[in-house]
Amino acid sequence: MARKILLVNDHIEGLANIDVYRRNGGYAAVEKALKTMTPDAVTEEVKKSGLRGRGGAGFPAGMKWSFLAKPPGVPRYLVCNADESEPGTFKDRYLMERNPHSLIEGMIVSSFALGARTSYIYIRGEYYYVLQILEKAIAEAYEVGLLGKNIMGTDFSLDLYVQPGGGAYICGEETGLIESLEGKRGNPRIKPPFPAVVGVWGCPTVVNNVETIAAVPHIVNMTGDEYAKIGIGRSTGTKLISASGHINKPGVYEIELGLPVEEFIYSDAYCGGISEGRSLKAVVAGGSSVPVLPAELILKTAAGEPRLMSYESLSDGGFATGTMLGSGGFIVYSETACMVRNLWNFSRFYHHESCGQCSPCREGTGWMEKILHNIESGHGKVTDLDLLVDICKKIEGNTICPLGDAAAWPVASHIRHFREEFEYHINNPEKVKDPRHCEKQPFVRKAQSNPA
Amino acid sequence: MAEQKEIKFSEESLKVALSLMRRYPVGKQKSAMLPLLHLAQAEFDGWLSVPVMNYVASLLEIKPVEVYEVASFYSMFNLKPVGKCLLEVCHTSPCWLNGADELVQHLQKKLNIKVGETTADGMFSLKTVECLGSCGTAPMLQCGSKYYEKLTHDKMDELLDQFKQKGERPTYLDPLQ
Amino acid sequence: MFKVTIDGIETEVEPGTTILQAARKIGGEIVPPTMCYYSSLEGSGGYCRTCIVKVSAGSAKDPRPMPKPVASCRTPVQDGMVVQNITSPELLEARAGVVEFLLINHPLDCPVCDQAGECDLQNLGFAHGKEESRYDFPRRVFEKKDIGNKIQLHMTRCILCYRCVKVADQLTPGRVHGVMNRGDVAEISTYIEQAVDNDMSGNMIDVCPVGALTDKTFRFKSRVWFVNPTDAHRNCTKCSGNVVLWFHGTEIYRVSARKNEWNEVKEFICNDCRFENKKIENWVVEGPRKIERKSVISQNHYEQYNQLKAQIEKQRARLANGETPDIGDISLRT
Repeated sequence: MARKILLVNDHIEGLANIDVYRRNGGYAAVEKALKTMTPDAVTEEVKKSGLRGRGGAGFPAGMKWSFLAKPPGVPRYLVCNADESEPGTFKDRYLMERNPHSLIEGMIVSSFALGARTSYIYIRGEYYYVLQILEKAIAEAYEVGLLGKNIMGTDFSLDLYVQPGGGAYICGEETGLIESLEGKRGNPRIKPPFPAVVGVWGCPTVVNNVETIAAVPHIVNMTGDEYAKIGIGRSTGTKLISASGHINKPGVYEIELGLPVEEFIYSDAYCGGISEGRSLKAVVAGGSSVPVLPAELILKTAAGEPRLMSYESLSDGGFATGTMLGSGGFIVYSETACMVRNLWNFSRFYHHESCGQCSPCREGTGWMEKILHNIESGHGKVTDLDLLVDICKKIEGNTICPLGDAAAWPVASHIRHFREEFEYHINNPEKVKDPRHCEKQPFVRKAQSNPA
Repeated sequence: MAEQKEIKFSEESLKVALSLMRRYPVGKQKSAMLPLLHLAQAEFDGWLSVPVMNYVASLLEIKPVEVYEVASFYSMFNLKPVGKCLLEVCHTSPCWLNGADELVQHLQKKLNIKVGETTADGMFSLKTVECLGSCGTAPMLQCGSKYYEKLTHDKMDELLDQFKQKGERPTYLDPLQ
Repeated sequence: MFKVTIDGIETEVEPGTTILQAARKIGGEIVPPTMCYYSSLEGSGGYCRTCIVKVSAGSAKDPRPMPKPVASCRTPVQDGMVVQNITSPELLEARAGVVEFLLINHPLDCPVCDQAGECDLQNLGFAHGKEESRYDFPRRVFEKKDIGNKIQLHMTRCILCYRCVKVADQLTPGRVHGVMNRGDVAEISTYIEQAVDNDMSGNMIDVCPVGALTDKTFRFKSRVWFVNPTDAHRNCTKCSGNVVLWFHGTEIYRVSARKNEWNEVKEFICNDCRFENKKIENWVVEGPRKIERKSVISQNHYEQYNQLKAQIEKQRARLANGETPDIGDISLRT
């Protein structure tokens, strides 16, 4: 199961250098695509591969490409979303830092497929040092004629630029990103129209995540059919998982989709178990926005099946007993973690990151944070929990962009699965005064079954 | 009254700015706003004053208010003066799980300032920030363009000494090591 | 033409028409309320979420329902679309939620707010709000900013509809104000001390749905229901010169643009007309203005007052003539 694609050459020293990258098979997909394939054929391979958007939404990449409007005489753009800001997610940084050329190769092949002549990588501003790595790699690619006019002697030309963001989670939302790329506030746009029709500077645009684009050259090299054989069911291929929290071996791991969650948490090949030999309490499997699951539900589905690292298995049971693969930001909580404080932390994040454009998100995220801060600090009321659940309902689905949903889901799921712990906080204000109270005396749920 | 320094990029920065503006289609030079603001912040003492923002507006040929709107939207732009070393400590969940709160407390005690403040000597400013994408190497902070990861309190103290000795202002534009 | 059904009422509209415009064509109770949309301002709408509706069938071709409520002001109709507004209890619940969000940080200072009586938020709260607030935190405050001697900015009342920004972008030569900061501390501001002053800037007052931007020359002069709106015009080189004069006795307290039944200005007016012509001899008075929308202003409209006065005169005359007054003839209805 330890199939590696994106990180297959990760162990090689100096991979960020174009010569090293090329010596190890780099840019073969550019040659293959530009010299032997038509743009539509490349798109077809991506469709066949079943590759799904790796930024979080999991939308089939090939289908997204096929929506791109192609009015004659109007430029089209490919924009890479490297605004990785979802708490718990750091895989794109890892990939770009260690293997920048894989992204550049993906940008060339994808731009060719989409008919883009200028493409941009929008990287979060905080990753400025990664931007410098990319700039250097891009300069190398220009030097050897892999970017610029008539790439590899073909009639395909491409200019590739990097642009830093300015510090705003919302710019990870594709239309917020487009606004930001245009030098504006990162306020998401109201859809329709979709970027595939009206995107950057009013032109048709595809926005794809770093990991999605970096997978494209491999698909071209091995064919879409072969890629589709990797993984499980409709979760084809491999996925980069950012593992953090209370585990022995935090880091970025490439997994073949379908790996059992239990193996991922406890195997030495991955997280290496819970730190300090403690027991598992909860996991946020796909970045802070996805519903949290308690130990018993992350390891096994409600039906008792082993839970797998795949789009389908993680969402098995809907939001009642399931979650989402999301961006693959895998945050692990041991019994010493206070889920109330964790949720307050998350809600502070969404409050801080709401763009303020639409009222439910602008007002609701702040309201939720204030209530949660009260509960966390021992000033909560019993009625607060139902109020929070109701605020979530009023935000969810009623906002311009998914940030509202992303702010509501953690709140709803934390209360759904850890209600007793919230009630304990409300009823025992003295005991929870110490923010580290859970470390000294882990909270034990009555309903807690014995996880594996 | 002290004479106002004229706000103008150095020749080198101006060259960079103009080349950044050429990355976008003709007439869409406003798109270079964020890169230019980073450039300006790095060049003009780590923050964006009104004259600096007006200067960026003039380069981009847009109204000053368009720059104010953008600069105030993004968390990386400082609209007030900051210390030479702006310590941005991540305090989002994965970092919190691994001791970010304690790191912030340690820094507050050590520097004798609260979050959001600057030391009397103007050397350090302390800020908490949301997830910097370094969750696997928590706790961490950013100063200039660099990430300082897996921080212990001892390591932090060493780092502070290093910063003090250097006495420079690290910026986002510092070249890679 | 596209056929669309809203709350069971069918109508036909041109392709490209939004759900809101189709609803307005039908009229009546089924029209969603709006706080940020403004038909004469390009690109407005979508922010406040009060006009959300449920699309229970996307189109005749693809009759699947849309998964989430949509902003009717920004969603074009499809042929065969079926929309629910007031016939969907869950939609009304969602809208009540939006109204609650708009109100939690609003100061509710209507007793001292010049907008009271012609405030969209007040009307919205009256129609969709709850009696009690569930929000027990201090309300948001902002540093006071002076934006000149004509327009008063009360940021605490602002709901961030962006209309004034669009007015400045689309009607004035150079925008100097905008939305600063983000999230729940986002604010309308000039950032630096600067007057918002140009020929058309006063229209920001008219488009503001709340009391965030009010007329400084009218400040605290009168409640709006004590002044009498009268249509008037003058020859103006900068605008149409078609305005509403707000009389207190024979004194002009305020000049504003004319609004339609949706409380929207169709003909924007210039600052000369609005601020510099408060003398009756500058205007050709056309007659009393009928306020078409539901409004406290029309509740106390002087037309009714005049009717009442005429009735009283009539009855007095009957008394003087030794006849019995005809009480049944007195009606307050227009």
